[in-house]
Amino acid sequence: MPIRETFWNIPHWAEITQYILAFVTVVVFLYGVGRRVLRWRQGQPDATRRSGHFWRRIWSLVTQVLAQRRTLDETYPGIMHFTIFWGMLVLAVGTALATVDWDVTHLIFGFQFLTGWVYIVFELALDVLGLLVAVGLGMAIYRRYVTRPARIQDFPARSLAWDDLYVLVMLAFITLSGYLTEGLRIAVTQPDWAAWSPIGNAIAAAFLALGDPANQTLHLIVWALHVLTAFGILASLPFTKLFHILSVPLNIYFRSMQPAGALLPARGDGGVKEWKQFTWKQLLDFEACTRCGRCQDVCPAHVSMPAFSPRNMMVKLETHLWAKANGQALHGDVVSAEELWACTTCRACGQVCPAFIDHIGAFVDMRRHLVEQGEMDNLLQKALMNLGRYGNSFGQSERMRAKWTQPLQPPINDARKTPVEYLWFVGDYASYSPTLADITQKTAQVFQRIGIDFGIMYDGERNAGNDVRRIGEEGLFEILVEKNNQALSKCNYQTIITTDPHTYNTLKNEYPWNGNRPAILHTAELLDQMIASGRLKFKRKLDYKVTYHDPCYLGRYNDVYDAPRRVIAATGCELVEMLRHGDRAFCCGAGGGRIWMEEKKVEERPSEARVREAAALAGVQTLVVACPKDVTMFRDAVKTTGSEARLVVKDLMELVHEAL
Amino acid sequence: MNIIVLAKLVPDLVEELTIDPGGAALDLTFARWIINEFDDHAIEQGILLKERGGGTVTVLVPDLDGADDVLFTAAAKGADRLIKLGGDFNGVNNHALARAFAAVVKELQADLILTGVQAHDDLDGSAGPLLAECLQMPYVGYVSGVSINDGKSLLRKEYPGGLLAEMEVTTPAVLGIQAAEQPPRYVAVSKVRQAMKTSSIEEQDASSLDPCGGPTVGRMFQPEAAAHATMIAGSPDEVADKLVDLFKELGVL
Amino acid sequence: MSQDIYVLIEHLRGQVAELSYTMLAAGRELAQGAGGNVVAVLLGHNAKELGKDFAADKVLYLDHALLADFTSDAYQKALADLIGKDQPRAVLFGNSSIGADVASVLSMRLDLPLVSSCRSFTQDGKFVSQICGGKIMAEGELPGPTALVTMVPGGYQPDQGRSAAAPSITEAPVPALEALRVALSKYIEPETGDVDISKEPLLIAVGRGIQNKDNIELAENLAQAIGGVVCGSRPVIDQGWLATSRLVGKSGKHVKPKIYFAMGISGAPEHAEAIMQSDTIIAINTDPKAPIFDVAKYGVEGDIFDLVEVLTEKVQQAK
Ligand SMILES: Cc1cc2nc3c(=O)[nH]c(=O)nc-3n(C[C@H](O)[C@H](O)[C@H](O)COP(=O)(O)OP(=O)(O)OC[C@H]3O[C@@H](n4cnc5c(N)ncnc54)[C@H](O)[C@@H]3O)c2cc1C
Repeated sequence: MPIRETFWNIPHWAEITQYILAFVTVVVFLYGVGRRVLRWRQGQPDATRRSGHFWRRIWSLVTQVLAQRRTLDETYPGIMHFTIFWGMLVLAVGTALATVDWDVTHLIFGFQFLTGWVYIVFELALDVLGLLVAVGLGMAIYRRYVTRPARIQDFPARSLAWDDLYVLVMLAFITLSGYLTEGLRIAVTQPDWAAWSPIGNAIAAAFLALGDPANQTLHLIVWALHVLTAFGILASLPFTKLFHILSVPLNIYFRSMQPAGALLPARGDGGVKEWKQFTWKQLLDFEACTRCGRCQDVCPAHVSMPAFSPRNMMVKLETHLWAKANGQALHGDVVSAEELWACTTCRACGQVCPAFIDHIGAFVDMRRHLVEQGEMDNLLQKALMNLGRYGNSFGQSERMRAKWTQPLQPPINDARKTPVEYLWFVGDYASYSPTLADITQKTAQVFQRIGIDFGIMYDGERNAGNDVRRIGEEGLFEILVEKNNQALSKCNYQTIITTDPHTYNTLKNEYPWNGNRPAILHTAELLDQMIASGRLKFKRKLDYKVTYHDPCYLGRYNDVYDAPRRVIAATGCELVEMLRHGDRAFCCGAGGGRIWMEEKKVEERPSEARVREAAALAGVQTLVVACPKDVTMFRDAVKTTGSEARLVVKDLMELVHEAL
Repeated sequence: MNIIVLAKLVPDLVEELTIDPGGAALDLTFARWIINEFDDHAIEQGILLKERGGGTVTVLVPDLDGADDVLFTAAAKGADRLIKLGGDFNGVNNHALARAFAAVVKELQADLILTGVQAHDDLDGSAGPLLAECLQMPYVGYVSGVSINDGKSLLRKEYPGGLLAEMEVTTPAVLGIQAAEQPPRYVAVSKVRQAMKTSSIEEQDASSLDPCGGPTVGRMFQPEAAAHATMIAGSPDEVADKLVDLFKELGVL
Repeated sequence: MSQDIYVLIEHLRGQVAELSYTMLAAGRELAQGAGGNVVAVLLGHNAKELGKDFAADKVLYLDHALLADFTSDAYQKALADLIGKDQPRAVLFGNSSIGADVASVLSMRLDLPLVSSCRSFTQDGKFVSQICGGKIMAEGELPGPTALVTMVPGGYQPDQGRSAAAPSITEAPVPALEALRVALSKYIEPETGDVDISKEPLLIAVGRGIQNKDNIELAENLAQAIGGVVCGSRPVIDQGWLATSRLVGKSGKHVKPKIYFAMGISGAPEHAEAIMQSDTIIAINTDPKAPIFDVAKYGVEGDIFDLVEVLTEKVQQAK
């Protein structure tokens, strides 16, 4: 009957030594893990977001860990990791089964289950799946040392390259030595069922000529090395990149189940000054980073300022934790203010991260410290002072907020005086920017033509605060919320509508509605509903070939992808997608308060990169946007890239207005 | 060292200014009172001096809408003592203000008094030198840098053309600050809130408000833009063409 | 007690300020109505000949070693004595680093009324002051018996305060200048500039609207194309985007080019006063209500960044 003689050819002393080493390994492993856990526990509590939703969390583990969904979003690295993951998993489970078979059931209960056909299947599975590992490792080595994509190069800490090498060498060696051990065993024992271990058998064939006792001696040596490598890997797991095997599933399990658009509120005043002020989950975030660099590839701030990369930030923060600060200050020595201000909070990093790291939460927490210290550029300072004093970043009187309505007939309802069905939260840019007045007026005209019962809050409205919050000025955000709530409480309405995705996000996900949240719609959603219900009918069919830019705070943050596309289709335009669309859309560079900051010398502006991308689409003459800031950013970029002849930027509302 | 900063509130020019029905004064019914920008620099300079050399900073403000805000913001920046001067300051001139301030400041044993070099609504001189004379202290204005050591203040005074003069003034003295050594810092709202909890405003009543020494305004008006520029309109391209023509006409091309 | 109008002459290191000539012109207007003389008051040391070109009926010269350089304390003492004794109808001071340090103090010390920020006088002798950043004018009777007035430029041509014929210069007694509390230690020269913008015929001026240091290059390019020099408003210099020598305005240089091309400058009074003597001011500003359009001859309502590169190109082509 097929069965493996466990510890075949292994002298008793070696067997005993193995158990002693196993014990030592477990001790080292537990020490390493314990050290990590203790470190996380030095972080701040963050309980509310991390519990509940048990089954959803388990399901995340199934889809993201076992099925590797995000990892597989990219083909080459996806397959590479998938094969190593599943290969190693099966081999590890196989080894575990063999251990149970020998050390538990055999030793204690006197029977073995890895016998007969079970054993045959076991051997075959391990043999073939081991090959997967080899394939994956080959791909990894080729990628890391031959094709060398930028995103896995140039870490802030050079020594990390050794960590990467170590993992590859150990995995390659354990696989190789495993096959060799098997092959040598087969070469000596030549069991009848050897054919079920095709690779082992092939290796055995190569060694047959050597004969015994050479093969037996060789087997003992290779076995010893294999065992040592296995223990080495296990013992070093909490001290190397391999730790992601534990930290990533944990990080996925504990990910926030709240809407992406709800930022973690400030904990006390002053943000994060020292690493212990991060939450334990943020510390786990840093340790979950595998440096895969996918975030860097999609980061708009990395484009304008190559020195900044979300990956580098994670690497630096993780290194900082482990150096126990090392006399270094988090702010200044580890991360610079310039880096922290670079982020546009577009969330592309969080969207692609296979480990579900929340980069932006940590950045904003550190920005909160900068704000507390008053460390910011003059323009931003001015914008914040204006927001504090006038409720808008333009530094204009609130009485001028509705100046754009002056030429409109009939006048727009004041929602504070007249009950309306739809309350239009206009937002700063649409209200004050002289270049956007035209679009804002057209928006009003579209509403009037559809016959929507709507009103605005005139001088009662304030900046909604989305980006104030992301700057890290939580106190000012609270004031703005309070002022808006005062005005809103005077109004009688059913639904809030806005053209501004930033306003939309914070109203929907961050305002305290005390369980009474009204419906909140972006105008794209509103128009979509109106088209579906037949209230909005177009007279003209536009025949433009257009492309559409998904605003970060509409798409990635709030999953509104289809509504604007349906509206575009309804106007008769043909939509051609850019390569980066939907949740991969590339940020215009204005978000997170960037639009208020001084623009330093940049490599390439994200908005310019985006405009070039749109202009490169064959036959596309129009870039459609659904965010007032996008209009500003992209119209500027069209000029600076000299694309005026090829591309015009149109707000979705302009398109609709034209087709009415 | 005991540093006193006097701050004045002025109507915010961001708002449309109107003349009251009497025609001789601003209509301040809807005015938004904000800190005079130079006084903001004076506060910053006071805090900088304290950060460098220790001491206390006391900020004094007349009681107008927004006075508490100014005081708590100053406290959040590092001011130690906040004093609000009670009285009807609406439309009060600098002579009256200086006399009222002087009565309070006399009790404070100041080493240095800082205030903004001017305010946009000054019509009877600026508060700083008027106060200095009430207190019999020396005054230097247009100051953009200050240091102090034993009984003397060394300061930089600005003259036209970028020329600076280094002057030595015996203290106590009043300085009119043109610009602090660094622009006024931003204070986070949370810090201001903190200050509201931890610091308190002392209220003192102005003994009297004597405006003697200021002029009487008979009429106030908005200047008609006498000669408005001839506007050149068109696309950037057209405008550029017209400008080039203009350059040629003026003989520079 | 007289109907004379006294004008405090401001001078620094041998150079009389333009504003003093403006005040002499203003003094003439006022004196004609009041029926008095224009008296230039010159304080200094060995500085008598500075008074040669004053359009004044008389120059009162106070000479003292401690008056060689301006210090508020010494000026106040000397002037308090003089004004107290002579009691003229009005004394005009500059609303400047010199005049403003003196006038308010004298008002309190001598118990005399003070009017500040006066831009001009009406024919019947009323003051017209400019306040609220130039947005509001305040008019009123000149208070008596002696009105102290601080003056801003803009209301009169400084050339009218100059005269080819030297006025008579009388030495006036200087009181004891004792126990002075303010002393000049030294002058600190402005960073020596490469060019003297006050003498340049073609200035490309940039204001806060230029947004950042890198964009200064746009202005430099235009300046190079057209053969001019770049200068700026105070915020631009404060940020370190341009050298201090390039500052135009109250605390910088007064300029009188053939063309002053202002980009993204709002035209605050402190800036505007220094460019009034330009032959032609052309302004670009996104804000149609920017006060710069009130002093400019030609205006463009528009964005610098839309225009400047196109313009630079066209200028190059036109050459
Ligand atoms: C005692 C004293 C002395 C002073 N001395 C001086 C001095 O010597 N010189 C001086 O300049 N100031 C001086 N100031 C400061 C003065 O009061 C103003 O604050 C300053 O002149 C404003 O500069 P600015 O016009 O560049 O900026 P702002 O007033 O901020 O104006 C910027 C302008 O640019 C426009 N703009 C913005 N973006 C664009 C764009 N893309 N395209 C076109 N236009 C755009 C805006 O509409 C705005 O009008 C002094 C102040 C005081 C109190």
